[in-house]
Amino acid sequence: MKRFSFSNMMLWVGFLFIYLPMLILVIYSFNGSRLVTVWGGWSVKWYVGLLDNRQLIGAVLRSLEIAFYTAISAVILGTLAAFVLTRVTRFKGRTMFGGLVTAPLVMPEVITGLSLLLLFVAMAQILGWPQERGIVTIWIAHTTFCTAYVAVVVSSRLRELDMSIEEAAMDLGAKPLKVFFLITIPMIAPSLAAGAMMSFALSLDDLVLASFVSGPGSTTLPMEVFSAVRLGVKPEINAIASLILLAVSAATFLVWIISRRAEEKRRKAVQQAIEEGAAATWQQDKPEAKAAG
Amino acid sequence: MAVASSTYKKVLEGDQQPKEVLVKIDRVTKKFDETIAVDDVSLTINKGEIFALLGGSGSGKSTLLRMLAGFERPTEGRIYLDGEDITDLPPYERPINMMFQSYALFPHMTVAENIAFGLRQDKMPKADIEARVAEMLKLVQMSQYAKRKPHQLSGGQRQRVALARSLAKSPKLLLLDEPMGALDKKLRSQMQLELVEIIERVGVTCVMVTHDQEEAMTMAQRIAIMHLGWIAQIGSPIDIYETPTSRLVCEFIGNVNLFDGVVVDDSEAYALIDSPDLERNIYVGHGVSTSVQDKTITYAIRPEKLLVTTEQPAFEYNWSRGVVHDIAYLGGHSVFYVQLPSGKIVQSFVANAERRGARPTWDDQVFVWWEDDSGVALRS
Repeated sequence: MKRFSFSNMMLWVGFLFIYLPMLILVIYSFNGSRLVTVWGGWSVKWYVGLLDNRQLIGAVLRSLEIAFYTAISAVILGTLAAFVLTRVTRFKGRTMFGGLVTAPLVMPEVITGLSLLLLFVAMAQILGWPQERGIVTIWIAHTTFCTAYVAVVVSSRLRELDMSIEEAAMDLGAKPLKVFFLITIPMIAPSLAAGAMMSFALSLDDLVLASFVSGPGSTTLPMEVFSAVRLGVKPEINAIASLILLAVSAATFLVWIISRRAEEKRRKAVQQAIEEGAAATWQQDKPEAKAAG
Repeated sequence: MAVASSTYKKVLEGDQQPKEVLVKIDRVTKKFDETIAVDDVSLTINKGEIFALLGGSGSGKSTLLRMLAGFERPTEGRIYLDGEDITDLPPYERPINMMFQSYALFPHMTVAENIAFGLRQDKMPKADIEARVAEMLKLVQMSQYAKRKPHQLSGGQRQRVALARSLAKSPKLLLLDEPMGALDKKLRSQMQLELVEIIERVGVTCVMVTHDQEEAMTMAQRIAIMHLGWIAQIGSPIDIYETPTSRLVCEFIGNVNLFDGVVVDDSEAYALIDSPDLERNIYVGHGVSTSVQDKTITYAIRPEKLLVTTEQPAFEYNWSRGVVHDIAYLGGHSVFYVQLPSGKIVQSFVANAERRGARPTWDDQVFVWWEDDSGVALRS
């Protein structure tokens, strides 16, 4: 039996604190009763019922769509901003640009949402676009704040990158744009993926901004869940939440497996290289030893 | 080994081949905001030579190299390559390639792809690229590692790949930025000779930057000593070590004993220097042409030319009494720190030619002496 030390116990208390609510949520998604707070035996009827709930499924798909577009646009814009911030060392207004790019990180979402709503309304009146608020306006709103996150992630990676690698590419005859696509992008790919995943999650999760800039018929999943909860929590919500949890854990697990495999492969290759190198030096040494003997 | 001696031989014989200028740096100055990194430097580099820029950190040697590569643009002055003004050309249009200190290999490409990168930019036919890559891999003896990624290579192997990559495009000028900076000491001396051999076999002109004087002296035919953005002296390793023109160069390269003094007797055939550090005058076997007003001078003598003996020398000049203050045993030679009657401590290298010879030890009375032409009289 393992000894239950104080630190061990605190670890489990911490785990419980974070994961017990989720566990309860998953358990209650299998509740047979209509009332969330009363246990009515095991059942999967809420999962089956989900399939018929067109409104909820529609909201899920819409949210995924917006999150997908947001991830792409935020990564592109955020990377460009990060590149300018880290590689163009001197230009007028650099400090201000850096501040403005990262400002949405600390800006209260209510303010961003309200100001975007005002902007869209004014634009609709003056330019005639957007005619009505919907997926596009939510996408624009999500891109504004996700770009800031991506810019932070990517610029920290760019900063620690050995600049001489890009210089070497230029030295060998590649023009700056080519260097960016052939050398810089592949080297920062992990942080681009991280930025994209983060944007996807942030967009999927956002309630406040979406509430401000969405229009009729463009309810996202968080809005749907929130409004459903206000009318009383339905076990259906528990079911969809459990499914999202399952999807997220599965994705995380998959990423972990893939990265562990890659790491193992890399370690093996390095080991092999070292062994071969050792064998080569041994062979070189051998004739010398003979000559000496 | 034969290579190093051939370099050395070339230096000794004064390199009889006619010198053709490849690079001309004409009064180049580089300022970063208010700091001056390179200050009005002019120098020429001949075809086929290995030229070293030697200096401490902040001496401007790297900035000068980066200006040759095209990563920095001179604030003033022009740079010519083969008679063509390349000052305003971007790095990707210069027929100059560089081997970086960190090697800067592309981590996501294999060894072969790394070497092929420069050739691909020139839109070379695929078959030609493959042939050239194979040739380069053979040159640096890395053929069996073509499919490896850089992180699967050792430091020495990475350096070879970096060298092959920078030579693949047959540049007119090869730049080496601290070529041995990332290697450990034992590998360093081996790679120095290997690098020189490859560079000489290819016949490319080479400019290297280093802070390691041993490296510069092993590899280069000519060395420029840089200090605070200007060039203190240019010359062959022997010139720089044996006939430094200033106190600065003298102190930067190797160890030296310096005696400040005034010229008391100056003629065409000899000069006498009176130094407060020494009881006897210094006799120099040639005139030192001092000005009438300023007769102060510094006499510099290398520790290996300052000899330690227990018997009193019979001649009149160039020796002094002393007491052994400290001894550092370094294997091949020992460094004797001898305290002169004036209190000054001088260094002397004594080769450990015998395994256990009788030699002076701590606090022994000794004499230090030197030949008439062992030292150098410095005006500045």
